[in-house]
Amino acid sequence: MKFLTTNFLKCSVKACDTSNDNFPLKYDGAKCSLQQDDSIDFNPEFLLSILDRVDWDAILAVAADLGNESLPRVKPVLVPGQELSEDDQAILRDLHTLLIQTSIVEGQMQCRNCEHIYYIKNGIPNLLLPPHLA
Amino acid sequence: MAKKYLVYMAQVHTNFRKAELESLADLHNITSIDFDKYDDNSPFLLVELENDKQAIDWIKRSILTRAIYEYWGEGQDLESLHKNIQSQPSFGHYKTLYQNDTFKFDFETYRGASKMNRIKQIESFAYLNFQGKISLKSPQQVYTVIEEYQPISDNLSSTVPIKMYFGRLVQHGDRVAVEKYDLKKRPYKGTTSFEAELSLVSANIAQVKPGTIMYDPFAGTGSFLCAGGHYGAIVIGSDIDGRMIRGKGASQNIATNFKYYKESSRFLDVLTMDFTHNSLRSNLAIDTILCDPPYGIRESIKVLGAKDPERFAGKENVEIDGEKAFLRRDYIPTKKPYALDSLLDDVLQYASERLPIGGRLAFWMPTANDENVETIVPLHANLELKYNCVQEFNKWSRRLLVYINRGPDYHGETNSGLSRTANFRDRYFNNFN
Repeated sequence: MKFLTTNFLKCSVKACDTSNDNFPLKYDGAKCSLQQDDSIDFNPEFLLSILDRVDWDAILAVAADLGNESLPRVKPVLVPGQELSEDDQAILRDLHTLLIQTSIVEGQMQCRNCEHIYYIKNGIPNLLLPPHLA
Repeated sequence: MAKKYLVYMAQVHTNFRKAELESLADLHNITSIDFDKYDDNSPFLLVELENDKQAIDWIKRSILTRAIYEYWGEGQDLESLHKNIQSQPSFGHYKTLYQNDTFKFDFETYRGASKMNRIKQIESFAYLNFQGKISLKSPQQVYTVIEEYQPISDNLSSTVPIKMYFGRLVQHGDRVAVEKYDLKKRPYKGTTSFEAELSLVSANIAQVKPGTIMYDPFAGTGSFLCAGGHYGAIVIGSDIDGRMIRGKGASQNIATNFKYYKESSRFLDVLTMDFTHNSLRSNLAIDTILCDPPYGIRESIKVLGAKDPERFAGKENVEIDGEKAFLRRDYIPTKKPYALDSLLDDVLQYASERLPIGGRLAFWMPTANDENVETIVPLHANLELKYNCVQEFNKWSRRLLVYINRGPDYHGETNSGLSRTANFRDRYFNNFN
């Protein structure tokens, strides 16, 4: 599961939708093993369009869960269609490495509201629920 | 000033062609095309466009179009073709415009084959007076003679065309993609994999755009994800059945397919998830939803929950090795059957909540052919049913339903909660008798 996907996933339990604690999920850094796939090409336009949809606070929270505290506190402001400075390019490359190339191969995450635990196996998150939570 | 162009389409999946061409025109805000002239029975369509760029934009991703040509003329035979070309108002202009470009001649034939000497035919165009060099490998301009034949009988084709067109090639369609995504060559596929051609056409009619998010809630082996990736979208899939999306190990799964197509950056993830217990955060903008929901034929329709709730009463308290069983890594949740109509209602409702205004939902739905009852297509008050394209098989058919989200002010018809398709599975297994 790519790091970017952590930015899209909330708890599956419907009752948690009324809580603010169902997103992002809390990742158990000690139990998550990460992998980096350098073969995925850097595509700045692609990243720019996706950055628009990213919840930056959730990026920071999950990065911290996984031991990365080095991200800028506010979302980088990059406007699609404009010429990118070298600094912007560097920021985008870092984001590419983090959001697209980094994935969680094995691990687990928890809803901060209902505390249900979800597992990631072979790179695929399992968001299914037991009957009493479905 | 508008220019005349000739569209030469493939004579396949004709129920989907107009929808594809209209959707691609709309995608590029091309409004000058008169679709009243479109005919399912003809591979030709004459249109007016602003310029070549519009023609290129419009046709470059069309799966069901062979090519678009700048229109130079037409005739019943070679002689009348030449006469017609020279009588066109733009003839003098075109002739000088490309006069010094390298070029070659090409021939296309529809439903027949000529026995004429092609060199002699090319020489009969000498009046065009092109000064550029002939280049067979990389010509700047390709002039094409397109011949239409009328077969003499079912198994006897004609050698004399009934109509000839002449034009300058502007853009090929994307029929090479049908080969590229051919299931025979795909590393990971399964019994539910959807054929390449119609999955690409579906993505075109759904207007999947580069840099946008496309979601397939019933991803299976990822056929529609591949199609969405081809058009540059960031694709996410989910499926309640983890076996399909997991594939056969790391060397054969959905991610492998994207690597094979060199489109890895477009593939986000596949999730083991029940669509009806959705984990995609509700404020995430999803631009397109494209899917082939389960119809209970190759795969049963299941959602999370206990079929017999009494049997599971209190099971949430079961512990194994001091841990709650349902929180363990190896816990497998139980599933219960679900009605197709309810599932489709859920898909429509989800689309109305998640798609932007103008965003499209496209999915496939099967129906039995022999019933004397009208097929009831699911409808939602916020969604405009834009297309209903049918692919016929022997005893059943399936249709691609395409909806546009118009928002809460649309006040369209709704039939949510109605039983519409419940008996398809039974009818299928009774061989439609």
